Amino acid sequence: MEPTNVEAPDYFHKVVDCQWACPAHTPVPEYIRMIHAGRYADAYMVNWKSNVFPGVLGRTCDRPCEPACRRGRVEDEPVAICRLKRVAADHKGDVSARMPLPAAKHNGLRVACIGAGPASLTVARDLAPLGYEVVVYDGDAKAGGMIRSQIPRFRLPESVIDEEVGYITDLGPVMKLGQRVDSLKALLTEKYDAIFVGTGAPRGRDLHIPGRQEAAASIHIGIDWLSSVSFGHIDKIGKRVIVLGGGNTAMDCCRTSRRLGGESVTVVVRSGFEEMKASPWEKEDAMHEGIPILNWMVPKAFVHDNGRLTGVMFEKVEPRVGEDGRRKVVPTGEPDQFIECDDVLLAIGQENSFPWIERDVGLEFDQWDMPKVDEITFQSTNPRVFFGGDAAFGPKNIIWAVAHGHEAAVSIDAFCRGNDVRLRPPPGVTLASQKMGIHEWSYDNDVSLDLRFKVPHLETSKALADVKAEVELGFTLEQALAETQRCLNCDVQTVFAAPACIECDACVDICPTDCITFTANGPEDDLRTRLKAPATNETQDLYVSGTLPTGRVMVKDEDVCLHCGLCAERCPTGAWDMQKFLLDITHAGGSGCSR
Amino acid sequence: MTYIAKPRFHHPSLIENKLGFTRRDYEGKVSTLCAGCGHDSISAAIVQACFELDIEPHRLAKLSGIGCSSKTPDYFLGASHGFNTVHGRMPSVLTGANLANRDLIYLGVSGDGDSASIGLGQFAHSIRRGVSMAYIVENNGVYGLTKGQFSATADKNSKSKKGVVNHDSAIDMVSLALQLGATFVGRSFSGDKAQLVPLIKAAIRHKGAAFIDCISPCIAFNNHAGSTKSFDWVREHNEAVNHLDFMVGRAPITAQYAPGETVSVEQHDGTVLTLRKVAADYDPTDRAKAMGFLMERQAAGEVVTGLLYIDPEAEDLHDALDTVATPLNQLGGGDLTPGSAALAKINAALR
Repeated sequence: MEPTNVEAPDYFHKVVDCQWACPAHTPVPEYIRMIHAGRYADAYMVNWKSNVFPGVLGRTCDRPCEPACRRGRVEDEPVAICRLKRVAADHKGDVSARMPLPAAKHNGLRVACIGAGPASLTVARDLAPLGYEVVVYDGDAKAGGMIRSQIPRFRLPESVIDEEVGYITDLGPVMKLGQRVDSLKALLTEKYDAIFVGTGAPRGRDLHIPGRQEAAASIHIGIDWLSSVSFGHIDKIGKRVIVLGGGNTAMDCCRTSRRLGGESVTVVVRSGFEEMKASPWEKEDAMHEGIPILNWMVPKAFVHDNGRLTGVMFEKVEPRVGEDGRRKVVPTGEPDQFIECDDVLLAIGQENSFPWIERDVGLEFDQWDMPKVDEITFQSTNPRVFFGGDAAFGPKNIIWAVAHGHEAAVSIDAFCRGNDVRLRPPPGVTLASQKMGIHEWSYDNDVSLDLRFKVPHLETSKALADVKAEVELGFTLEQALAETQRCLNCDVQTVFAAPACIECDACVDICPTDCITFTANGPEDDLRTRLKAPATNETQDLYVSGTLPTGRVMVKDEDVCLHCGLCAERCPTGAWDMQKFLLDITHAGGSGCSR
Repeated sequence: MTYIAKPRFHHPSLIENKLGFTRRDYEGKVSTLCAGCGHDSISAAIVQACFELDIEPHRLAKLSGIGCSSKTPDYFLGASHGFNTVHGRMPSVLTGANLANRDLIYLGVSGDGDSASIGLGQFAHSIRRGVSMAYIVENNGVYGLTKGQFSATADKNSKSKKGVVNHDSAIDMVSLALQLGATFVGRSFSGDKAQLVPLIKAAIRHKGAAFIDCISPCIAFNNHAGSTKSFDWVREHNEAVNHLDFMVGRAPITAQYAPGETVSVEQHDGTVLTLRKVAADYDPTDRAKAMGFLMERQAAGEVVTGLLYIDPEAEDLHDALDTVATPLNQLGGGDLTPGSAALAKINAALR
């Protein structure tokens, strides 16, 4: 193998698994250390810069960081990254003085954002401080998009939304709320230099099976129903409720039903339990509230008595591997099962919907009737129009919407200034030694052996009594501090300087996880088998040095390195050093979002 | 020294031996020696060897004297018996322990100061008596704890870190051990675990006095140009006479060598040592030739390593004394004090 080029920003970034997995590349270990140091406001601002909604995400994020967390490969469970983010948000105090100031004067460029959800608000936040006149349109009376309309209050208090949306509206964008955009064509005639479409995936999928029309009064589209609950238009539901679907919206629907009078609420899913799209913790929370989840059942008909819904008939199915090797879901042949109910909530998927985009405005759609959007620049085929969030590539989640917003803002900024949108400015990278003394580091390198701490919950009886009572209470500070110590500080990198190495084996001997080997070089496939511990996780890189005096190379498997720094402590010549990798992800206009 | 303990987390693929222990279970406390010390590599090799031999930790006693090397038993085999004795007196304490309980495995760990200076006499007599033990000298040619004076194993004309040239002749522990009748003699290098681990395993399974001289560079005081115990010097002048494959029982040799390239030596307990020859015509079972070869290569400035001598038919101190098979510490009062009638019988035999 060629010597690893650690100068490439991606190499060490990939080692920080959580940050690499985060669509917005939030520097997770950095803010976790800040929380441990009691620097909650600093931790919050690190988050705010990257992901814009730390308080919201600390409660609702889909957490792609956690399955990626290295801790999960060393022991049973990853660090509770998401809930630590909430700790920073809960304890930060008043951060208004740290927020960027509205631009002193406009730069004469105007940008319209359609929809006031996370993607649009991110664009507004990134561009407004640079002097752009940003105009945000939304059909709802309050900004926030799906954050406000679809996420139940018992998971996300409205005060948190108000606060974090407020930090953006304080930057001076013009908020045209209650003004739904019905024609892109019309908007294009207004003097906007660029238009950002962040309208989400607003249409819940319907289920066309017998009885749908007749019993329509008791069959509701999940996201619309949640939205009506959020805005106070609906405050009760029947005693017996069936929720169809296995995603997070289904979990929100069933738990909300339990709080609005649903005594017997059942989730029915056509797939198996493991295959469900809902996050494991959301399924767990639902079941904890006495909601059974029934799997491998396909709805056949809504059964009604002259239009009054009486229940749903299900066919039982099972997965079977066909002759072509593909898995199919086939009926088991068992008798159909009838489940009585008063109401049904449909949470079987969301779709994009662009009836308001005329097809003659130079904006092409693909075969699935989705706009053609560049995956890097987020520009559509009409160069003035950019997309982001669920509107760009279909339903994902908040953190993806934020990441899209950042990238789209970079593009819009380049476009408005007449630059090539495909030239992406590289991120800023710093790598700094953490050595403070012979065996002292500026981070705490002692690895905690604690298991993951559980976030305390509100008593179930109290939680079910009030749809607005937040269920998760958040970590106590004591728990939070202990949880922070589970973080392995993967951003503090093991950096190897081959010219200083005397091949004494001290690092090999001390490494608790057998990451380091000195051996003859070879192709990667071969090297992976010849290491002190086999490097079977191919998603993790090998760090290979140049040739050493004995003709061998140093090979480090990054997979389960604890970043304990013992290799550097036991190294007599300083060939190993622990250096903190900080990635300053590219945002529009550079440092526009810091004061 | 390192302040934090080595984290308990380990690689997910870490394997267990027949006893269900992982290699990590044979470790001790975190080392307090200087970073990069060769002794730490030897500790790691001992850990690896004991793990591979499926040794029950409570069946092994590690004994040492005084010095950097003699501190190391704290850093390996944390669950075994240990005795950190007086300076240079480890061989006597080990001999006593072995006589009292012949069932334990004895590992003597010493250094060039402990064994070649203050304890030279003790070393000599434990070897010539054939005490069954694996005696490892962690040889760095320097007094590290007292800031770098030459030790008795420092080669004549080698230079100290300060530039002083050594006037005195060196004691060669390997030659001494051969002369004193050691039945297993090897030399190795802390920077070559592929050679060292099998050597330690073979020494542990050897019945009789097994001696290993392990060159172990002192990073702080003896790893400079002009030293003959530095990483660079040893790597440049290392002449391995053979490579050892150690096998318990009559396991088939898996590596394929051309005929005449290997020599197999079977020990008392059925363990088979397969030696892959590097130096042509080197016969590790011929003591006189081994000594001659050593003298010759040493004069040429080479550091000869490998399994230098083995007597597969070796006997030990217990054989010589014809002691009872049961360890003395397990004998009952009646056996140990047979009474006046037995005494009278012995006395009569001596008249």
